[in-house]
Amino acid sequence: MAFSSFADFLSMGRHGAYVWSAYGLCLALIALNVVLPVLARRRYLNDLLRRRRREVAR
Amino acid sequence: MNWTWLHKWGSPKWFYDMSGKCLPWLAGASALLLAIGLAWGLAFVPPDYQQGNSFRIIYIHVPAALLAQSIYLMLAVAGIAGMVWKMKLADVALRQAAPIGAWMTVIALTTGAIWGKPTWGAYWVWDARLTSMLILLFLYLGLIALGQAITDRDSAARACAVLAVVGVVNIPIIKYSVEWWNTLHQPASFSLAHKPAMPAQMWLPLLLAVLGFYCFFGAVLFARMRLEVLRRESGSRWADAENARLIEDRT
Repeated sequence: MAFSSFADFLSMGRHGAYVWSAYGLCLALIALNVVLPVLARRRYLNDLLRRRRREVAR
Repeated sequence: MNWTWLHKWGSPKWFYDMSGKCLPWLAGASALLLAIGLAWGLAFVPPDYQQGNSFRIIYIHVPAALLAQSIYLMLAVAGIAGMVWKMKLADVALRQAAPIGAWMTVIALTTGAIWGKPTWGAYWVWDARLTSMLILLFLYLGLIALGQAITDRDSAARACAVLAVVGVVNIPIIKYSVEWWNTLHQPASFSLAHKPAMPAQMWLPLLLAVLGFYCFFGAVLFARMRLEVLRRESGSRWADAENARLIEDRT
């Protein structure tokens, strides 16, 4: 461990604001890159399902 | 030499099956490598003797910047493969990788700006490395916009391939910007020819994070490409069978 306490870890010397905002931003953008294809796939499946129901109803 | 491996990439069905098998492994490896590499870099590596703890931003900044450039190289290779061999999959790869590359460039630029404030005293300077990375972002955005603006699939594929190949000239400019100009940005952290200037306990977690980012790219790219392949191949027997199977799973 490079830090003596958890509060020490959070404050990162005097650089806490920089380190945590950079990591937070990176994590958010990484998550967005996972969510976007998942949503696109769900949209695609819903479209398939809707089309199938329309064909069955006909 | 045996070239059958190359021909396989011409088959969308082969790609769909292969990528489906690889995807969970890539995603798992990425999660594991990133968790270990970033936790190690954030909490266990000692602070830098000059930069203190702000240097820990390196563990996200360098992997994102490396990946942003690698993805662009991949786009150029895909562009050439698409133009020379008329490979259908090459255009899918090019178009689906471009947004991921753009996001990685955004991560590199923003984490770099945040790191710049405590280190240089400014979020942004018109330094050669920073400016050439900004141009990389514009190239990615141009590619995405170009692909969306052209409705005919073959014309869009050709235009994007040409732009990807022409734009690749920016990659050596980014790489050598820290040597050609007197930049504020520090020189390369990793090189194939030299030992890193950092001690092993600092660069080992960085290596894990870099590998984690590459696996992440592989997983996200495969996920995006599979959906696009399924869309483009609809009407073929295997794609319709797969669609039926997906609906079955869903209901």
